[in-house]
Amino acid sequence: MKLLTHNMLTSHVKGVTKGYPLLIKATEVKVNEVDFNPQFVSRMIPKLEWSALVQAADELGQRQDLPGELVPEYENNEEFLKKVHRVLLEVEVIEGCLRCPESGREFPISRGIPNMLLNEDEV
Amino acid sequence: MDASVENNVKTVRRSKEDKKVIRKQLKASHTLLKHEGISTAPQPTKSLVVANGGLGNGVSREELSAALKQIGEVDKLIMHPHKPYAFVTYRSEESARKAHIHLNGEKLQCGENSVTLYLSYVDSVTCEEEASVSLPEGLVLVQDFVSSEEEALLLAAIDWSPTNTDVTAQKALKHRRVKHYGFEFRYDNNNVDKDKPLPAGIPQECLPVLERCVEKKHIDIMPDQLTVNQYESGQGIPPHVDTHSAFEDTIMSLSLGAKTVMEFRHPDGRLVAVVLPERSLLVMKGESRFLWTHGITPRKFDMVPACDPQSPGDMTADPGTHSNLTLSKRGTRTSLTFRKIRHEPCCCAFPSACDSQGAPPSPSPPSPPSLPCCHADAALLEEQYVHRVYDAIASHFSSTRHSPWPRVCLFLSSLPPGSVLADVGCGNGKYLGVNPDLIAVGCDRSSALVQICAERGFQAFVSDALSVPLRTASCDACISIAVIHHLSTQERRKAAMQELVRLLKPGGRALIYVWAFEQEYNKQRSKYLKDQNKEHPENPNPTENPPEQSQEPQEKLSIHNSSHSEDNYRTVENNQHVNDGKLSVHTNRTAFETKDLLVPWHLKDGKKRVEVESGEGGKKDRQKEKSKKTSRPKTTLDCNPAASPGFDSNMLSDTRDATHSSKPSLGGDTCQTSSSALKLESESIPAPIFHRYYHVFQQGELEQLCAQEAGVTVQSSYHDQGNWCVILEKDLGR
Repeated sequence: MKLLTHNMLTSHVKGVTKGYPLLIKATEVKVNEVDFNPQFVSRMIPKLEWSALVQAADELGQRQDLPGELVPEYENNEEFLKKVHRVLLEVEVIEGCLRCPESGREFPISRGIPNMLLNEDEV
Repeated sequence: MDASVENNVKTVRRSKEDKKVIRKQLKASHTLLKHEGISTAPQPTKSLVVANGGLGNGVSREELSAALKQIGEVDKLIMHPHKPYAFVTYRSEESARKAHIHLNGEKLQCGENSVTLYLSYVDSVTCEEEASVSLPEGLVLVQDFVSSEEEALLLAAIDWSPTNTDVTAQKALKHRRVKHYGFEFRYDNNNVDKDKPLPAGIPQECLPVLERCVEKKHIDIMPDQLTVNQYESGQGIPPHVDTHSAFEDTIMSLSLGAKTVMEFRHPDGRLVAVVLPERSLLVMKGESRFLWTHGITPRKFDMVPACDPQSPGDMTADPGTHSNLTLSKRGTRTSLTFRKIRHEPCCCAFPSACDSQGAPPSPSPPSPPSLPCCHADAALLEEQYVHRVYDAIASHFSSTRHSPWPRVCLFLSSLPPGSVLADVGCGNGKYLGVNPDLIAVGCDRSSALVQICAERGFQAFVSDALSVPLRTASCDACISIAVIHHLSTQERRKAAMQELVRLLKPGGRALIYVWAFEQEYNKQRSKYLKDQNKEHPENPNPTENPPEQSQEPQEKLSIHNSSHSEDNYRTVENNQHVNDGKLSVHTNRTAFETKDLLVPWHLKDGKKRVEVESGEGGKKDRQKEKSKKTSRPKTTLDCNPAASPGFDSNMLSDTRDATHSSKPSLGGDTCQTSSSALKLESESIPAPIFHRYYHVFQQGELEQLCAQEAGVTVQSSYHDQGNWCVILEKDLGR
C-alpha cells in the first residue's frame, strides 16, 4: 500500500463519523524507486488531503523534511515535488494494519494489500 | 389361408379407419428401418415389433405384457431403454398373427396416457445381452437386510419435527428432507463440525441393525453419525463423493420405503446404475467410497430390470445394459446413511478426490440455491456463489482476462490527466493501467484477484462493492465492470450503485457494465453466443474475434422504453416459477432463460488452483510478467482494440449434452449437470466446475436502477457485446 492509496482510504465501519485518516501500524515498510514524473505528481497534489499525508509519513518515520503545509506554487518546485513523489509513490507498507481512529477496528495489511472487508455486523 | 390372400380379402372390407391404421403402420415400419435399421418382414413370423409400445413412450412392461398375453403365449418381450418400441416373440406364429390383427392400431392405456400400437412382423429379434458391467470396486449390496417389521420400526423412529440444529441443511436443501443424528453434516462446507456433537445420537432403534452390520463384517467399528434423507418421487441428490476428511472409509446406506436407482460414476466416465430395492443395505468401501461419485437423478420413474421370474438375480444388476427392462414408479424412499466421523486426515489411495491430500473440495454444493428473499440469504448466496468461487478460480480467471474491452478503454482515455479513478470490482486489474495519466486504485472482493493486481504493481485493496472504504466525493471517475450483476437482490444492486455515486465528485462520471439478458441485440448475436461453435470454446483467443461494434466515439442517448421491458420481466419471471424457485444452472453459450441463474465455470487446471490457495499460484507466469516491467507503477496494458467484451469467453460450452439430460421438469434439481459433465473430461483428474451467481439485466433495467438514484444523470447507455452499459454523471449541485 502506497501512501497515495492510504490518502484515499477511510474507515467505513457502521456508525463511525470520523474514520479519516486511518492510523498506520506498520511492521514492514519498503521504499522502492519509482520514475519521477513531476507533472503527474503536481496533478496529484490537489486530490490529496495534505495533513493526512504528512501524518501518515510521520507514523512510518518517512516524513523527512516534508512541510506541514502545502507550499504555494509547487508546480514548479521540483525539489518539493520530489519529496511528495517519494512519500506518495515510493514508500510502501508491506505488513501491518490500518486502524480506524474512532472505533479502533484494525484492518490488516498483508503482502502490501489492505483487507478492508467488514463483518456482517459492522456494515 | 395364405397371409397375403387374407390381407387382400381384408382390403376389400377396409373402412377409412382401417386405411389410416395401415398408413400409420407403414409409416412406423419405414421409421424403424430408417432410424433404427430394423426391417420388417412381409410374411408373418413369430416376432413383432410393437411401435409406440416402448419404454421411451412411457409404456411400462407390465401394461404392454398384459395386452400381449391376452392374445397368446409370449415367449419373449424385449424393451430397450429409451426406445419407443418393443419386440415381442410369441410361442407360435398363429399367436403373432392374432396379435397383429387385434392389436394393430389399438390404443393401449398406460397410466394417464394412451398410445396407439402399430405392429409389424420381424424376422429376428436382436437381443444382444451385452456384457454386464460389474459393480464399482468395493461396493456391496445386501438385499433384504432388514425385515418389513424392522423397516416400519426404523421409519417410525425418525423424528421429523423441526429443530434448529439443522439450520444449514434447511437452507441448502429445499427439496429432500434431511435429518442428522450424532453430528450435523453441513451443506455449506460439505463437512462436519467434529467438536459439536448433536444432542441426539443415533436412535436406539438402529442399534440392532448396526450390530448385525458388525456381525456380518460389513463394518469394523460402530458408526457415530446418521443422516436420514427422505426423497419424494421426483426428488434426487446430485452426484457427490462423501468428503474424505469428514468420514472414515466405510459408508452404509439403508433404503427404506421404496426402491430407487443410484448412479455411480467413475472419473474416467464409467457409469453404473444400481437398483437399490427397499430394505436393502448398500455398503460403500474403498474405490466406490473414495473415487466414484454417487447420486440419484431426480425423476418420477426409473428404468429397472423387469422382475422376471426366470432371472431373479437381475434385480441388482445394472439397468443400463439390459433390454429386459421396465419402468418403476418411484415412491417415497427414506435412506439411512451411517458414517463414522474421521479424526485424522484421510490418507486413501485416491488423492485426486481426497481433500485431505490437497484435492479441491467438491465445488458443487448438493442443491442449487433459491433466489434470496432477505439480506442475510443474499449475503450467504453471494459468499458461496460469487466470493468463494472467484477466490478459487482467480488464477484461471485472470489468465482469461487479459484484454481490456475497447469501449471501457475509450471511457478511461476520455478522462483528463490526473483524474482519480476507482475501479470497484477490479478483478485482475486489467483496467488499472490502461490510462497511465490517471491516479487509479482498484478494489475487489476476492483477495486472490487483488493479489494478482498487487503483483502487477497496481494499487488495490480488498473490499466489498457495497461498502467501499474510500472518501466520499474523492473520485473523478468510477468504473464498475461486470460487478453489479453478481448481487442477488434489487436492494443490493441499488446499494452498489449508490456507493459508486457516493465516491464520485460532483461532475464525476461512472461507467457501469452488467451482463445482458439479451445476448442478441439489433439482430447481432453476442460473442458469448457466437463462440459456441468454436473448436475450443473454452479457450478462445480474443484477438481472433474482432468486435462487431464499431469504434466510433460512443454515446447515442438511448434510454429504452420501460413498458416494453416490464413485459419482458413478466415472461422471464414466469419461467422462473417452473423451476420451483431454485436457481437454474445456465448452459454456457446459449441464450438466457431466466434472469437469475448460476453460470458454470470449468476450472482448467485443478492443480494450479491448489497452488493458488497455498499462496504460490501462478508465480512463474507472473514473475515473468513482472520482469518485463519497469518500476513505474502505471504499466500500460495493451488496450487491444480487438478484445472481445463477451463475458467468460473462455468457458467450456460442452456441458450442453449433459445439461440436456436434466430438464427442470424432472424435479428442478439441475445440479447434477455439473458432475455429469465430469465424465466428458478426458483428463484423469476431472476439472472442477464452479457456479457463479448472476442476475442478468434486461433492456432498460440498468437505466431504471440509475433513475432511482437522486442526483445523477444517465449520460448515455448502450449495448456492448451482450452487456448493458451506462455512463452516469453526478450532478454538480450534489
